[in-house]
Amino acid sequence: MKKDIICTVCPMGCVITVEGENGKIDSIEGYTCPRGKNYAENEFVSPVRILTSTAKISGAKTPLVAVRSKTPVPKDKLFDCMAEIRKLELTAPVKRGDVLIADVCGTGVDIVSSADVK
Amino acid sequence: MYEIKCNVCVVGGGPAGLAAAVAAKKEGAEKVLIVERDESLGGILQQCIHPGFGLKLFNEELTGPEYFGRFIDEAEKAGVETLLGSMVLEVSENLVTCINSEYGVCEISADAVVLAMGCRERTRANIVIPGTRPAGVYTAGTAQRLMNRQNEMVGKKVVILGSGDIGMIMARRLTLEGAKVEAVVEIMDFLAGLTRNRVQCLDDFGIPLLLSHTVVDIKGNDRVEGVVIAEVDEKKKPIESTKKFIECDTLLLSVGLIPENELTNNAGIKISPVTKGPEVNQFMQTSIPSVFACGNVVHVNDLVDNVSAESATAGKNAALFAAGKLEKKDAIKVEAGENVRYVCPQNVVPCDGKVDLYFRVMKPNKNVKITVCDGENVLFSRKAIKVNPGEMEKATVAVDGISALTVAVKEV
Amino acid sequence: MKTDVLVIGAGAVGTAITRELTKYRLNVICVDKREDVGGDCSKSNSAIIHTGYDAKPGTLESQLVVAANPRYDQLTEDLDIPFERVGAILPAITDEQFEQLPAIKEKAVKNRVYDVEYLSKEQILEMEPNLNPEVKGGLYIPRESIIDPFIFVVAMAENAVANGAKFMLNTEVTGIRMEGDKVVGAETTNGYIEADYIINAAGLFCDDIAAMVGKNDYYVNPRKGQFYILDKNTGCKVNHIVLPIPTKVTKGKLMCPTIHGNMLVGPTAEDLTDKYDKSTNVEGLDSIRADVQKLIPGVILSDTITQYSGLRPNRNPEGLNIDTYDDVKHYVNLSGVRSTGLTNSVSIGTYVASLLKEMGLEMVWNENFISKRKGVVRFKELSKEEQHELIKKNPLYGNIVCRCETITEGQIVDAIHSPIPATTVDAVKRRLRAGMGRCQGGFCGPKVIEILARELGVSADEIRKGNSKSYMVCGKVK
Repeated sequence: MKKDIICTVCPMGCVITVEGENGKIDSIEGYTCPRGKNYAENEFVSPVRILTSTAKISGAKTPLVAVRSKTPVPKDKLFDCMAEIRKLELTAPVKRGDVLIADVCGTGVDIVSSADVK
Repeated sequence: MYEIKCNVCVVGGGPAGLAAAVAAKKEGAEKVLIVERDESLGGILQQCIHPGFGLKLFNEELTGPEYFGRFIDEAEKAGVETLLGSMVLEVSENLVTCINSEYGVCEISADAVVLAMGCRERTRANIVIPGTRPAGVYTAGTAQRLMNRQNEMVGKKVVILGSGDIGMIMARRLTLEGAKVEAVVEIMDFLAGLTRNRVQCLDDFGIPLLLSHTVVDIKGNDRVEGVVIAEVDEKKKPIESTKKFIECDTLLLSVGLIPENELTNNAGIKISPVTKGPEVNQFMQTSIPSVFACGNVVHVNDLVDNVSAESATAGKNAALFAAGKLEKKDAIKVEAGENVRYVCPQNVVPCDGKVDLYFRVMKPNKNVKITVCDGENVLFSRKAIKVNPGEMEKATVAVDGISALTVAVKEV
Repeated sequence: MKTDVLVIGAGAVGTAITRELTKYRLNVICVDKREDVGGDCSKSNSAIIHTGYDAKPGTLESQLVVAANPRYDQLTEDLDIPFERVGAILPAITDEQFEQLPAIKEKAVKNRVYDVEYLSKEQILEMEPNLNPEVKGGLYIPRESIIDPFIFVVAMAENAVANGAKFMLNTEVTGIRMEGDKVVGAETTNGYIEADYIINAAGLFCDDIAAMVGKNDYYVNPRKGQFYILDKNTGCKVNHIVLPIPTKVTKGKLMCPTIHGNMLVGPTAEDLTDKYDKSTNVEGLDSIRADVQKLIPGVILSDTITQYSGLRPNRNPEGLNIDTYDDVKHYVNLSGVRSTGLTNSVSIGTYVASLLKEMGLEMVWNENFISKRKGVVRFKELSKEEQHELIKKNPLYGNIVCRCETITEGQIVDAIHSPIPATTVDAVKRRLRAGMGRCQGGFCGPKVIEILARELGVSADEIRKGNSKSYMVCGKVK
């Protein structure tokens, strides 16, 4: 498998070409710094993203509270995690950093509140 | 009428206002008051639930609410006072007039004023998209507010015009919430926003990005039924033969931001025709010495981290001015040279210390040299592999004894 | 349902007739198929109260418009709506136009508009510094005036309601019942309305209504007019209505201030067949630029805050007609009411009332008629002291929803609960201008949806921009 990856580490946006199979990298070209190489390797083997969304909350002035994955989750789990967040029915108060879903979808990552809601 | 006295009055409680207020307080201003129209602090970041904030300042990837949350904590600790739900109607040299449901008309006298009202979005009318005027045409930020603060879904099948960051972020947001984003359409032949957002908001979800394309017609009398898009030639004129109908119920516009300067204008403060914001010097001081300005009201920033930094400068100097410690000296004008659209601050007072010059290029370029010169004398020089109008550049220069300043970006 | 008079159409003309009839002891119902009053071109036109200087002398239209103009000072005061006699300037740019001036002035005199004056080049440039410096001279028509046409219709409708009239919106007439040679009522999408007299003031659709009583002697085609509205802060403004000298083909495109301080530029004149085509197009908008630059070379159309189009009901054959028929008794048919229609509406009201009397309707003066109407408070125009007092009485006036036009939540709530309730986003916008400023509803739009939903006791996805299919949002995210 061959993949062109646009590096997002800095605004340069280098296009890095990675070749390999089953998470094993055979060749990597086009990077201009070690951070870029590292990014492309991770992006090829197991791309991850921070997921942010909102969750329903009652007893507050606002109907929603902003939530996030504390650390990045596997890219292919984004929609599974969204489905779990959708099930949340919170009650105020919620504090920034409160764990709302522990180990979401078995990723080992927590969904936490990203705002204070009184 | 309700009367309040303070040392520094900050108009706007978004990231700029919060940073300015904290800095003013730290500089020793006794009473610092933020006047905010919303019922809560944080400004537009309250609806920016996505990550990407704070990489420069905190070396962490924070969401909007997390980012301003830290500043609110600081403001509370420092003893900054706030007047929420208060719309400012008028600003003059030492007086800020606002209205508030509880107090009625409030007159706030202040030794120094900091303007931090942010910006607004360019609309359909600004870019003159012909067609009908149905429901379902929203600016990206309006849609973002509806979704992230009011819990209202704006549509199910969406086309986004403009590849600005908010547009791309909304493309991802809508997709994650079950809508289908048919395309992001950009009239220029380059991306308006950050590459990172293209990768994580569009490519990740297979959303097509159509460069050199625009929306030429909106269909539907009641609700949007679709848009006609077309490729544009090098003069940005749509090419008739490339017209294509896309069925959709919503058109989001992410076609740029304009500093919101109605108050500034009415106060008689000098506005830059390029940035549409007040002209400032390195102290973020406007043409009225007691009035300072910072953040997107001055010029539209790409990173909130830069907003916080320049706002801290504004807050600090407003406090100094309020205490009678900011000397008045003549400034020189900073010139925007080759491939530079504007430089902020527009004026620099020669004095000890270094000044951060923020600027944007006119067009994308590769392998360039950024220079800041005082006539023949090169004060700053840096090579850049790539420059892009979507990304702000910075040059830090010592300004003691200078007689002129020109920023230029030249091909090597 | 039963009424003495049924008026079809709640545009300027239908509403003015309805209001006029409430001056008599009559039951009046005004129906309109739209969700709000204001019709089609009654709300999207050049917003001018004309003098009639350029009407065809001796026609009914000339009589009606000349009679109507002087009534507006008192009427707008009674109705509590803004009105300004800014005056019009007709500049002659070319020699050919210059030679036309005496004929235009003579025509004005024939129409009994005696106050039209010549202006020298110097006078014109002093009055309008932004005018094309090649101007050779021109005419000044002092009583040409500006108004907010939609607010005018709303004010008349509210006043009519206060005097006992009933407005039924979202009510489309689908048929007219006759007994012998006399109309007796109308079938509508809201049930049958029995009526002694029926007045067809359906504007763009008046031919469809006429066909229901068997009258097919004319048809209406829409004539599109596209406009630009410019920001109040635009760098190139005019102080008067600046009108081009008309050619044989068209009256041309003008530039004038609006009553709210914006600049209005347009309109085009494009004959169409589709009565629902209110789109704007590049060709039309470009033609406005080309034409208006001849008058005001420095006009800055990039300062536009919106572009829109209105549809004039163009009668074929042309001409304002107010008809009664021997074979369709108790029925008045209005057609060909065009650019002078906004001005004419009030005199048409009076004229139609006299026709009804001639037809045998008993017209007894309603001595309880209230001529004065109080509109929603205009917060922005109040002094600081008055604003303070108002907020103390009702805190909702302390919450500014539309920051471009300084519109408070209190005003929006008032409009929602007014005699002709504002129940849609556009209805709020047209009454109060929330969303008509430079951000075009970017900031206030979501809040207006929230307030409408709260006040009407429905969820946000029930809120419409205008008609029943124009939903704003489509359900909850979570």
